[in-house]
Amino acid sequence: MSTLVERSAAGETVASWTSDFRRGVGAGLGGALVAAYLGAVGLLLMMNDRPVVAGMVTLAQVALGGIALVAGVLAQRRARHGAQPALWTSPLAGLVAALVVLAFANLILAVNLRSIFIALTPPLARLISFGQVKSLGGAGLFVAAAMVLALAGGLLQRAPRSLRRLILPAVTTVLVAGVFQDFIKVILQSNPVFRSVASWFYGWDGLSPRGALTVFAIALVLAAIPRVARGRAAAPRTGVARFAPALVLLVALILVPLAGGPYVAQVFLLVGLYVLMGMGLNLELGLAGLLDLGFVAFFATGAYVTALLTADSPLALASYTMIPSLSFWAAMPLAVLAAVAVGILFGVPVLGVRGDYLAVATLGLGEIVRIVVLSDAAAPVLGGAQGILQIPKPTLGGFEFSGPVSLFYLTLVAAGFAAYCAWRLERSRLGRAWIALREDEDVAQAMGINLVQCKLLAYAFGAAFAGLAGSIFAVMVNSVFPSSFQLLMSINVLALIVVGGLGSLPGVALGALVLIGLPEALREFGEFRYLFYGVALILTMRLMPDGLWPARRSRRAPVLVEPEGEGTALGANRA
Amino acid sequence: MLLEVEGMTLAYGNITAVRGVSIAIPEGSLVALVGANGAGKSSTLNAISGLLPISGGAIRFEGQSIGRLKPHEITRRGIVQVPEGRRIFGRLSVEENLLMGAFSRKDHAAIAEDRDRMFELFPRLKERRRQVAGTLSGGEQQMVATARGLMARPRVLLMDEPSMGLAPLVVEQVFETIQSINAAGTTVLLVEQNALMALEIADHAYVMEHGEIVLDGAGPALARDERVIAIYLG
Repeated sequence: MSTLVERSAAGETVASWTSDFRRGVGAGLGGALVAAYLGAVGLLLMMNDRPVVAGMVTLAQVALGGIALVAGVLAQRRARHGAQPALWTSPLAGLVAALVVLAFANLILAVNLRSIFIALTPPLARLISFGQVKSLGGAGLFVAAAMVLALAGGLLQRAPRSLRRLILPAVTTVLVAGVFQDFIKVILQSNPVFRSVASWFYGWDGLSPRGALTVFAIALVLAAIPRVARGRAAAPRTGVARFAPALVLLVALILVPLAGGPYVAQVFLLVGLYVLMGMGLNLELGLAGLLDLGFVAFFATGAYVTALLTADSPLALASYTMIPSLSFWAAMPLAVLAAVAVGILFGVPVLGVRGDYLAVATLGLGEIVRIVVLSDAAAPVLGGAQGILQIPKPTLGGFEFSGPVSLFYLTLVAAGFAAYCAWRLERSRLGRAWIALREDEDVAQAMGINLVQCKLLAYAFGAAFAGLAGSIFAVMVNSVFPSSFQLLMSINVLALIVVGGLGSLPGVALGALVLIGLPEALREFGEFRYLFYGVALILTMRLMPDGLWPARRSRRAPVLVEPEGEGTALGANRA
Repeated sequence: MLLEVEGMTLAYGNITAVRGVSIAIPEGSLVALVGANGAGKSSTLNAISGLLPISGGAIRFEGQSIGRLKPHEITRRGIVQVPEGRRIFGRLSVEENLLMGAFSRKDHAAIAEDRDRMFELFPRLKERRRQVAGTLSGGEQQMVATARGLMARPRVLLMDEPSMGLAPLVVEQVFETIQSINAAGTTVLLVEQNALMALEIADHAYVMEHGEIVLDGAGPALARDERVIAIYLG
């Protein structure tokens, strides 16, 4: 009897040993693969030009170290019903990752693959192996460092949650302080008080080591304060505490562009325009559940109507009709109204279309608008590919909204007004009707909701927001071209509200900041923007399907998936 | 007659689901429509609600034809359906679900009053008024669906399989609620597979088979009718 028990226990040990081994190797291989991919597409070399801590660490090195760390974390991850893997799986992952990366570096040096992968150069080989590719001792050091990092990752995964909640924000803050140093330095330079602070953190060539340590310490303390405070009095989050994150976001939005100057303001201005559009699409998709891939058409309408009414050009309506040339302030409401009209026209043909078919139909409609604008037939009126030029900047009293800073504040006011409208709408009778419509079209009708009216209103309101954004866009760039209104713009807006959290207003702002602001601030990585979008979308779907800032309604509610499409009547699709 | 269906025919494409059905519902009555799965009961209800187009016959409410009206127009006249499988709005709170029921009404003070009355009728819902309705139990969801229907102050309440998927004890509560709603003056058309129970409380009942009415009569009498027993138990 006892031998049998022993044998089965031994068998179990062997089984868990092999599964742990597989887990470690898998995590290591995965990490190495990601590193090799980032190198091959050229991203690593580019990231190497951006220092995080001056003279010490570049973004590429942080990324490589981070990959080793994450490989260690993943090796420690519990399988769904499995036991905790042994701790040695983490360094094993680091070992495997380091060996594969070394082999990859040697491959780059030995074989010339540059005719296919132009990024596979000797500098990349040196970068990816931290210059340790030549000597055996150096390679040993590299492997050991990777194992230590992976072990650290494993320990972090095993550490209590509270510890992780302290360390991760602190590390993130240091990264932000380093990566966005151009941004932050500009802001700090704007004020003499800040300037003296800046010299502590930033040398002429970037974030100094002492600055990095200080930032880390401050962030650690700031992350600890709420935990300590909560430990003392376990009060539920009410009132101010509940709105604190939104308030911080708002204050940052107001102050940062003022301090940051034209470049920062330009980035925020773009974010603001996308927030406006995001809020519009949020009404359509987030509340009413109407997927719209032709959203850019409304934005284009707003921009073109503003151009036609205000431009100082032969294409302006004033130059060949009785319509007088209008100021921006007079043209903007008309642009919004025109967008609403287009929204309603847009909604009519797709009224009876649901789900995937709606996405395809709206995509087609959006493209039709762009192609009509581009066409020869419309060219005498809309200017064809040459667009409409010389749109004057808005003026108020004697003040001209000439630069990005003043235009940003115009956008902020517009977005604030739109956010208030959206917030009121969501809590209104119409907002409830939209949500009901999204939940169950048939029952909503049986409740007395006028389906046609309700859907068209969703398109109309969504279009109004986009038209407002388009109007501001037209005066921002002084000209409108059909090529500015690509399908990608609709997809960007869709992506940002999905990442932010469908149906959530602060989520729209956060999503725009992450998906529009970040790539705009990291201009040199521009060509990788859509790689970043893809990764962000997949990670959001996998890790936080309700978005970065989930809507109040989705936080607790399970999504009740009803069979869609078949049958138009209650119960018909399940009878 | 408050509500009258006369010789109504319904078709899904080439397939005729309901053939020449006539139902008469006097004011204040509780009428049951029973039959097996696929007999055409739900289709009949959906046609009355305007969710299915009728291909023949007529539906009259207070003598006026409503067969061609849109669903929301029919709801506004006071014919309200509590759909099969409850189909509450899972993302809205209990209270918001009730307010959705009163969507076509404009009398705000009376709506608030009715909401409070619903909370009296279903104390469980009052406890959970702010809870998202998708997280409620099946029985509670049926309460929400029924209360939502009543919030429209219906002249006629169409109830589709209110007992479906509920525990026997809860089913009894649901039937008691239906009777008390009817006693308070609301006309009810009840569609049920749970035929014997529905027949017991019905003033008048119709039995459907293969899209046609095969029998009708006073509810309790039908419950003892040999032919009904043959259909359901034989």
